[in-house]
Amino acid sequence: MNIYVCIKQVPDTEAVLQVKDGNRINEDNIKWIISPYDEYAIEEGLKLKEKQAGSTLTLITLGPARAESALRSGLAMGVENAIHIETPEIMDHKNVARALANAIKQDPNFGVVFTGKQAIDDDSYLTPIYLSEFLGVPVATNVISFSLEGDKVLVEREIDEAAKEKIEMQIPCVVAVTKGINTPRYASLMGIMKSKKIPIKKFTLAEVGITELKNRIKTEKLFSPPEKPQGKIIPGESETAVKELVTLLKEEARVL
Amino acid sequence: MANIGVYIELKGDLFKKSNREALGLAKKSGKDVYAVLFSNTPEKYTDELKGIKKIICVKGSDLTYNPALYADTLANIITQFDLTYFVGICSAQGKDLFPRVSAKIENASLLNDCVAVDIDNNRFTKPVYAGKLLSQFVIEEGFRMATLRPNIFQAEPVSGDVPEIVEFQPVSKEDKSRIVEVIKSASKKIDLTEAEIIVSGGRAMKAKENFNIIEDLAALLNAGVGASRAAVDAGFASHDMQVGQTGKVVNPKLYIACGISGAIQHFVGMKTSKIIVAINKDPEAPIFKKADYGIVGDLFKVVPLLTEELKSRM
Repeated sequence: MNIYVCIKQVPDTEAVLQVKDGNRINEDNIKWIISPYDEYAIEEGLKLKEKQAGSTLTLITLGPARAESALRSGLAMGVENAIHIETPEIMDHKNVARALANAIKQDPNFGVVFTGKQAIDDDSYLTPIYLSEFLGVPVATNVISFSLEGDKVLVEREIDEAAKEKIEMQIPCVVAVTKGINTPRYASLMGIMKSKKIPIKKFTLAEVGITELKNRIKTEKLFSPPEKPQGKIIPGESETAVKELVTLLKEEARVL
Repeated sequence: MANIGVYIELKGDLFKKSNREALGLAKKSGKDVYAVLFSNTPEKYTDELKGIKKIICVKGSDLTYNPALYADTLANIITQFDLTYFVGICSAQGKDLFPRVSAKIENASLLNDCVAVDIDNNRFTKPVYAGKLLSQFVIEEGFRMATLRPNIFQAEPVSGDVPEIVEFQPVSKEDKSRIVEVIKSASKKIDLTEAEIIVSGGRAMKAKENFNIIEDLAALLNAGVGASRAAVDAGFASHDMQVGQTGKVVNPKLYIACGISGAIQHFVGMKTSKIIVAINKDPEAPIFKKADYGIVGDLFKVVPLLTEELKSRM
């Protein structure tokens, strides 16, 4: 089986972000990482490949030239193939999913496609589902356990705090994973050395069937949310402070 | 004037409170409002749906949430009734269902987790980077869909006539996936993304067992129990309790942070809470800069005291 993992390069979770030109972030001095949920997807892909003799594992990303470093980090974890749809274009979710789907479909033997449940930059929760639609295969989101049962896939997905769901899917399929499914391995020194020599397959947008880019969704404005004014520290010993807090919550904030 | 559809999410046969927020947005638009729900007993909900144009009710022998059936059916309803706007709640189900519907309609676009929607101008605002920034989008043409973050939009008073109920047959093509089993959790945890009050513990909880003081306070307030990434990574709490950029983004009326320092990772996940209370023994903890009310003290002393004080004054 040919396994694919879609990853996205995003700013580090600790990054302080500034707006540039009104509708994008200032990329100077930003540390870029693989979106954390995508790291779980890579790990799950590696585990599946290790269990399935003769299978291949390929990382795929879409983004500008800098996104190559995300692929290199993934390769260093032990993946052997990578595809980079390289474009500086800003694309809406459906166009991104269409490009990824078209790249994956060039391989008639694609099997399980792993993704993170969301990217932590735009938090859209859209690409895995759009991808499955454009690939014409089933999808499960929020997946916290994965196994291969014969020619089918069995996943457990979190519905909410109160319930989980077991789903059986035919292969090929898309599996969007969440935290809790595994612990991603660290890249070994050997892995890092090896990954530097792996050739990355590059596609242009035209090569994945996007000749005329038409975005229906556009970012008009990016801005900081209003800052909260500094609150008050309630003075005194714990006993008196707690009494005062309850009074404030009831009478000033009116939330109790 | 075009039509706006509202997906009414039911939990079992309960009408979810946040539906009122989606209905509120739809009613204010001045468009004809169509509520869409999957139920064999729509009469149960007519009190909540007074004053709108129509209820489109999908009936069937098994209406348990099935993504393929729900998505195909909704896509048909949207195109058939020309619901050029379609909104719902950004719940676990909404996040799974709406993208599937949008995917099935060629010229539909969707934005999840909106905190502001300007229907007249087709502008949608949602938090990005876990809320470090807000992004305003325009959807220039086609069907426009949005899921709304709970506890943000205003519900409108319900008045007017009981609308006509139109029945609709569910549609589904051959399905390549099936639900084998639904596993209900034994504990009745409250969904953090929709909770009105959340009590969270951080690294300073020191051990998993110590979360009982958080749980006692939460039980009293009918609140959800959350945790910081540090507490989850240390094994004190399960990952589904994690609040923050790589966990859940929450916006309750009241968020009580116990022993949480307030790293940006955590803060962005809860900063839209209406009121933030911080309890921490380190007066320099960054959380105090962000909190509305702070108590500097040992959480193992303060939290039980708070529970007792609330008990005596409820």
